[in-house]
Amino acid sequence: MNIVNFTPVSALIGGLIIGLAVVLFFVLNGRSIGISGIASNFLTSKNNRMDNLLFLIGLIIGPIVYKLITQDEINISISNSLLLLAIAGLLVGVGTRIGGGCTSGHGISGIGRFSLRSIVATVTFMIVGILTVLIKNII
Amino acid sequence: MSRVVSLISGIIFGVGLTVSQMIDPAKVLGFLNIFGAWDPSLAFVMIGALIISSPFFHLFKNNNKPVFADSFSYSNNKELNKKLIIGSSLFGAGWGLAGLCPGPAIASLALLNPSSLIFVITMFVGFYISNYLP
Repeated sequence: MNIVNFTPVSALIGGLIIGLAVVLFFVLNGRSIGISGIASNFLTSKNNRMDNLLFLIGLIIGPIVYKLITQDEINISISNSLLLLAIAGLLVGVGTRIGGGCTSGHGISGIGRFSLRSIVATVTFMIVGILTVLIKNII
Repeated sequence: MSRVVSLISGIIFGVGLTVSQMIDPAKVLGFLNIFGAWDPSLAFVMIGALIISSPFFHLFKNNNKPVFADSFSYSNNKELNKKLIIGSSLFGAGWGLAGLCPGPAIASLALLNPSSLIFVITMFVGFYISNYLP
């Protein structure tokens, strides 16, 4: 193991900002943030549909706000294999619903409540994610 | 007012994903590449988010009422079952393939990248299909 590209300060500050969003949504609206839950409920449930939609729109506005404030370009590198992306999206969509949460719902809101279920889920998707990357690197 | 809070919470969450660079799948794949060139940043994002949010989850749990809703609503599911493991494994496989999970994928639509759009579309297809699974 060798450590590369490690950005602890921006990661910690970004994490604190994400935590602030989680606190606001919880203390004011009474709900814990899980993006897969908010997005899938927007699609399939009438409950809180407008709240869920506005949250998702906000999520897309966030990077634009960042760009306006900092004047920084946001660079991402993402696979251009459309087949791989399509399969990955499908797995993430189905998997997060069967497992009841994603990185935010289980990894932050669930672990924040000390839920054993969420700790088990987070350890599971991290191990499988690590193995997937390992296998990808070998192939 | 809850709608304004929803919009603002979404914006702040999106800013956090951008500041932490978790919007970039390369950073996420760097975290999962623990046996290779490892980038531990994602762990620091989770620590930052948990330091702020965890105390509030415990302080406000049962006694109080949220400001703009009648009651707190969050999952009380404590089941450790096959579905949890199978679902989380499928999610982990997709996460490791593309480096995208739901939050960063949706936030990255702001960058008008066709790759994230493909991922988000099939992710929503996945949400829809899962309604029809047993």
